[in-house]
Amino acid sequence: MSISTENPMLTTPFRIKGVRKETHDTFTLELESQNGKFSFEPGQFNMLYVYGIGEVPISISSDPTKPDGRLTHTAREVGVVTKAMKQMRTGDTLGVRGPFGTRWPLEEAVGRDVVIVTGGIGLAPLRPALYQLIAKRNQYRKVVLLYGARTPDEILYQKELQKWGGEFDLEVHVTVDRATGAWRGNVGVVTTLISRALFDPSNAIAMVCGPEIMMRYTIQELGKRGISNERIYVSMERNMKCAIGFCGHCQFGPMFVCQDGPVFQFNQIAPFFGKQEV
Amino acid sequence: MSKQLSLKMPKARTERAEESKFILEASHLGQLLSALIGKGYRAIGPTVRDGAIVYDELHSLRDLPVGYTDEQAPGCYRLEKGGGRAFFNYTVGPQSWKKFLHPPSLRLWKADREDHRFQVVQEIEQTTKFAFLGVRSCELQAILIQDKVFMGGQFVDPVYQACRDNIFVVAVNCTKPGGTCFCQSMGTGPKATVGFDLALTEVLEAKAHYFVLEVGSKKGAEVLAEIPYRQADKKRIQTANRILARSAKRMGRAMDQTNLKELLYKNYEHPRWKEVASRCLSCANCTMACPTCFCTTVEDLTDLTGQHAERWRKWDSCFAMDFSYIYGGSVRRSVKSRYRQWMTHKLATWVDQFGMSGCVGCGRCITWCPVGIDITEEVRAIRGQTSKPKSPKSYKEKN
Ligand SMILES: Cc1cc2nc3c(=O)[nH]c(=O)nc-3n(C[C@H](O)[C@H](O)[C@H](O)COP(=O)(O)OP(=O)(O)OC[C@H]3O[C@@H](n4cnc5c(N)ncnc54)[C@H](O)[C@@H]3O)c2cc1C
Ligand code: SF4
Ligand code: SF4
Ligand code: FES
Repeated sequence: MSISTENPMLTTPFRIKGVRKETHDTFTLELESQNGKFSFEPGQFNMLYVYGIGEVPISISSDPTKPDGRLTHTAREVGVVTKAMKQMRTGDTLGVRGPFGTRWPLEEAVGRDVVIVTGGIGLAPLRPALYQLIAKRNQYRKVVLLYGARTPDEILYQKELQKWGGEFDLEVHVTVDRATGAWRGNVGVVTTLISRALFDPSNAIAMVCGPEIMMRYTIQELGKRGISNERIYVSMERNMKCAIGFCGHCQFGPMFVCQDGPVFQFNQIAPFFGKQEV
Repeated sequence: MSKQLSLKMPKARTERAEESKFILEASHLGQLLSALIGKGYRAIGPTVRDGAIVYDELHSLRDLPVGYTDEQAPGCYRLEKGGGRAFFNYTVGPQSWKKFLHPPSLRLWKADREDHRFQVVQEIEQTTKFAFLGVRSCELQAILIQDKVFMGGQFVDPVYQACRDNIFVVAVNCTKPGGTCFCQSMGTGPKATVGFDLALTEVLEAKAHYFVLEVGSKKGAEVLAEIPYRQADKKRIQTANRILARSAKRMGRAMDQTNLKELLYKNYEHPRWKEVASRCLSCANCTMACPTCFCTTVEDLTDLTGQHAERWRKWDSCFAMDFSYIYGGSVRRSVKSRYRQWMTHKLATWVDQFGMSGCVGCGRCITWCPVGIDITEEVRAIRGQTSKPKSPKSYKEKN
C-alpha cells in the first residue's frame, strides 16, 4: 500500500523497474516500491504522478496473487500526463498513491461461470482478475474472455491471450473492428461475440470494462442472453483529481467513482447509466 | 476557569435554560475580542471592503461593520451605512468561513528532483488558530457539512482537520434575515444550536445595548471567564427569544423540503433544466460563494530549473466545462447538465453521500448570481408550482 493515512494527498516515489511497449500507443510500466511490497485487489487503481506534469488514475494490471511480485500499470497515451509517462524509462521515478477503489467480484463468482467482456485498454484493469481466476481456476466453472481491439496491431497482451486460451482452460475470443495484415480472426464489435459464447446465463457473473458506449451495448446483449443486472459488474471512468472523495470530480449521480467504484454492480448504477450527461 | 463561572456553567441538561444564558454588555464586546487575541487566536470577522461585508482579520471593534445594513435580492447586494450602534445588523456576504478552513488555493506538497529521483516534502506549516467572530447559524451548519466531507469518510484531509480542530467560534444569531435567506425552511437557522463556543444575540433598545450570550463548550467558558458578564434575567432572555422568533418569520425566501430528494431524482429530464440553462452563464459564482461547495482541482508546477516541483489544490466548480473531462470529451457538455448536476447535488445526491442536504439556505448563490437565478424558485418550478419569486421590493415592504 502507498496511501499515508496521515496525509492521503502525498505521493510516494516508486522506481521504474521495466518498461514494455505493448502497442503503438500503449505501454506497461513495472514499478518497484521501496520495500518491494504492494498489495491490492483486482479492479483497483493507483494515482500515478509524473514529476511536475500531473497525476492520473491508472488501473493496476499485475498479478494480485503475488503481492511480492511485480506491480504493473498499462496505459494508453491520450494526453499530457500519459504522454510524459510513455517517455519514462527504467530507473526513472514515478509517484504512486493508492490502491483505491472497489474490486471485481471474484468471491461472488466462485462456483459460477465467468464472462469477461472488454474493449481496448479495458483489458488492463481486468488482467489482475484473470490472473486470480487462473490461480484458483478450479473454484470457477467456465471462464470466457471476449475482447475487442480496433485493429490486430492494437491487441494488448497478445502472448498472454494465447497462453490463457491454450494452457488454462479459458475460452478466449478476440475480435477487431478493422482487419489488417494477416488477420484471420473475428471482425466486428465485441458485442457480436456475446451471443455465440458458451456459458450458462442462469449461473454466470459478467465483468465489463471498456468505453461507455461499448459497455452500454454489452449490457444489452448480456441481458438478452439472460444475465440480470445484479450479476453484471462494470468499471466506470470519470475525471479524477484526488481519488479520496475530496475533489468532487468523479461524481456519477450520488456515487463517487473513486470510492464507491470504479467497479459497480450494474443494478446500483443502472438508473444513472442510461441518462445523458450525468 | 474562574470559580464564579464554574458555579454558573451548565452542568446538566436538567438545569433551566436561563441559567446557562448570560448578558454581555455591548460595551464589553471589545473585551471579548481582546480575550481571544490574548489567547493567541487570530480573530476573523465581518468587515467592510469594496462595498460588501467580507471576513477578514479584526484588530479592534472598529473593524466591524457597525451601523451597516445590507439589502439582498436575486443578483443584487447593497450595503448601506444607515448609522446606529448595531454590530451585526446584516446577514452573510459573498465570502464564507470556508476560505479559511478550506483555502481557495493551497500548496499540498513540494518535491525536489535529483537525477532520476525525486523526494516529496510535506509542508509542515504551523496551523493558525482562528477565532471566528460573527458566524451565523447557517454558516455553522455549513462548517458541519464540510466536516463530513473532509473528516467524516474513509480519508481525512489533514490540512482541514488541523485548522478545524483549532477554531474558536463566536456565533451570532440572526436578528435581521436577508432577502435571499431561507435557513428557517432548511432547519439551519436563524438561531445557532450546535457547534459554537459562544453564541450571541444582539439586543439594541432605546436605553440598552447588550448580547444574550450562550456558552457551547468548555473553551467558550474559559474565554467567558476572562471578560465581564452577568447572569441573564428572564426579561432579557425573553426579549432575545422574541427577536429570534420574529426573525424566523422574516425570511426572504423558503424552500419546501417535502420529498425534495426523490423529486430531483425523478426529474433528470425536466424541461426546466433547459429553461434555466438559457439564463445561466455557467460563471461558477454560485459555487464559489456557496459555503458548502467543496470541489477542487490540482495544479502541478515546476520552477525554471525543473529541480523543484509543487502541487497546488484550488477551488474548482462543476460549472467548468473541463470539470468532467475524460478522453473523448467532457461528460457534462451542456450548461443544462451542469446546472442540473449542481442543484441535484446540493439538494438530492448530497443527502445520499453525506446524510444531509448540501444547502443551508444562506442565499449566497441567489444574491451573487449575476442573472439572479434563484434555487428556491428552481425547486418550485420542478415541483410544477408557478409562483413568482418575491421581488426585492416586496421584501422591503415586508420589513
Ligand atoms: C479508475 C480509472 C482507471 C483507469 N485506468 C486506466 C488504465 O489502466 N490505463 C489507461 O490508459 N487509462 C486508464 N484510465 C484513464 C486515464 O486516467 C486517462 O486516460 C488519463 O487521465 C488521461 O490523462 P492525460 O493527462 O494523458 O490526458 P489529458 O487529456 O491531457 O487530460 C488532462 C487531465 O484530465 C484528466 N483526465 C483526462 N482523462 C481522464 C480520464 N479518463 N479519467 C480521469 N481523469 C482524466 C486528468 O486529470 C488529466 O491530467 C483510467 C481512468 C480511471 C478513472
Ligand atoms: S446552495 Fe445557495 S443557498 Fe444553499 S448553501 Fe449554497 S449558496 Fe447557500
Ligand atoms: S447559476 Fe448563476 S452564479 Fe451559478 S453558474 Fe449559473 S449564472 Fe453563474
Ligand atoms: S476523484 Fe476526487 S472525489 Fe473522487
